Amino acid sequence: MLLIHCPYCEEDRSELEFRWAGEAHIARPENIAAITDEEFAEYFFLRNNEKGLTYERWRHIHGCGRFFNAARDTVSDRFLMTYKAGLPKQPIPTAEETAAIAEEKTVETWEATEGDAR
Amino acid sequence: MRKYSIFAIAREAMRAHKGWEAQWNSPEPRSSYDVIIIGAGGHGLGAAYYLAKEHGITNVAVIEKGWLGGGNTGRNTTIIRSNYLYEESMDIYEHSLKLWEGLSQELNYNVMYSPRGVMMLSHNVHDQQSFKRHINAHRLYGIDNEWLTPEQAKAYCPPLDISKTARYPINGATLQRRGGTARHDAVAWGYARAASDRGVHVIQNSEVTGIRRGPNGEVQGVETTRGFIGAKKIGVSAAGHSSVVMEMAGVRVPLHSTPLQALVSEPLKPIFPCVVMSNTVHAYISQSDKGELVIGAGTDQYNSYSQTGGLQIITHTLDAICELFPIFRRVKMMRQWGGITDNTPDRSPIQGVTPVPGLFVNCGWGTGGFKATPGSANLFAHLIARGEPHRLASGLTLDRFRTGRLIDEAAAAAVAH
Ligand SMILES: Cc1cc2nc3c(=O)[nH]c(=O)nc-3n(C[C@H](O)[C@H](O)[C@H](O)COP(=O)(O)OP(=O)(O)OC[C@H]3O[C@@H](n4cnc5c(N)ncnc54)[C@H](O)[C@@H]3O)c2cc1C
Ligand SMILES: [Zn+2]
Repeated sequence: MLLIHCPYCEEDRSELEFRWAGEAHIARPENIAAITDEEFAEYFFLRNNEKGLTYERWRHIHGCGRFFNAARDTVSDRFLMTYKAGLPKQPIPTAEETAAIAEEKTVETWEATEGDAR
Repeated sequence: MRKYSIFAIAREAMRAHKGWEAQWNSPEPRSSYDVIIIGAGGHGLGAAYYLAKEHGITNVAVIEKGWLGGGNTGRNTTIIRSNYLYEESMDIYEHSLKLWEGLSQELNYNVMYSPRGVMMLSHNVHDQQSFKRHINAHRLYGIDNEWLTPEQAKAYCPPLDISKTARYPINGATLQRRGGTARHDAVAWGYARAASDRGVHVIQNSEVTGIRRGPNGEVQGVETTRGFIGAKKIGVSAAGHSSVVMEMAGVRVPLHSTPLQALVSEPLKPIFPCVVMSNTVHAYISQSDKGELVIGAGTDQYNSYSQTGGLQIITHTLDAICELFPIFRRVKMMRQWGGITDNTPDRSPIQGVTPVPGLFVNCGWGTGGFKATPGSANLFAHLIARGEPHRLASGLTLDRFRTGRLIDEAAAAAVAH
């Protein structure tokens, strides 16, 4: 079973709390009625299915309920990083960067995010 | 190739079994072939055999990165049945089932096909309604399938708990009597031997790392860990790695690869007469001729090429098995393993031409392609030889994801292996 870091809860939790949600960073066509059948098939059905580094979405469905993104190696199943939904595709951090990120983390409260949303 | 027979056994018994010959050759690859098949699973080996036997194309190589039959062919729970819902599915699975019936004789190799009956349990009103719809569809199409009351199901499979107080009560079951199991390794070995006998080269321990294409986009051959090998036509039958291989030719296929696990118990005396599947609580079980209970678990939720899955997936299945068959609660499990399955969005296979001239694909069999091995191989050979699909496989095209003519077994067959 995987151990997954939720970037909102800032905790490593068991895979049982999460739902895999497919490839990340796929943009829905802005005018879906205008695209061709090929483009629709591409958008709707075709996925990278990488052997190696993959960017994917997860949802902390039995936790905070939020979607987030992850970079994972599909051969070892190791998570390289997770990051919040809406951020662009992240470069894979080096070991030092990972340590630095861990330092400056703050727990995100409901009030704080509500404030953001406003 | 010397035929296997009772006389061969008697002859060998008299000379201490020193005269058995290798079952297949392991030749050095030629510089080029008429057809190269990528992936020596049952589907790929079978296709090579039928190319030689039915289409007279013998200058064929099957290229395998590991050992033959070491992919999903050697990892599955061997359930064979043809009672799928849609005509496109029934066509190919029933074609396959008919070939299973004569396969041991055809290959002169005992594949231990055992039509012991595949039972699917119904646990609620919805199950019952949809199963009865299936039965009617099958009967109209000439495929056997019948409805059993709980008592009839218990009579056919005595270990089943049909009591009203069971955690997963049973309100009936379907039974396809011609369904059953076969010896998975023997299927790969039997096809390899018969194909090798007709001149096919089975080249193991060679990974395909690239597909070379000519000025007009047509295939010219494959790059492998043992160098370049030319080919006029290439058939890809690489199961969980099909999208990786197709990517080498610049073709994207709608697959996602996920681990699927199985496990076997310590060997027991014959106790379980048939195959039982429950889609609703996710469990399927049979007993091998060695006596092991063969149990299939589910797929992990994420894409992976790790060939292992999570323990919680197995636990979930065993929970259900223990409730359905309380008699097995104290049985010890002996071995567990995983295979990488190639799943399509509509959970139906893809077999057909591709946008690349000379490149053909057979993939997407996902969690349920063992039963299809002879039929799929037979029709894949037809596709490669003729350049267009056989009528029985004409709906399985890659193009269906553009046209929208999906074969929606995802909802129809649920877990169903
Ligand atoms: C645990 C489990 C249980 C299952 N249970 C059932 C069941 O009960 N009933 C059923 O019908 N089906 C079942 N299946 C599905 C079934 O096993 C598969 O659909 C079927 O065996 C696929 O056969 P194949 O010949 O296409 O693939 P494989 O046997 O996987 O052959 C593909 C081959 O391609 C090779 N390959 C891949 N990439 C390359 C490369 N680059 N170069 C060279 N070679 C390459 C691989 O090494 C492999 O040997 C199950 C699968 C699993 C994993
Ligand atoms: Zn969370």
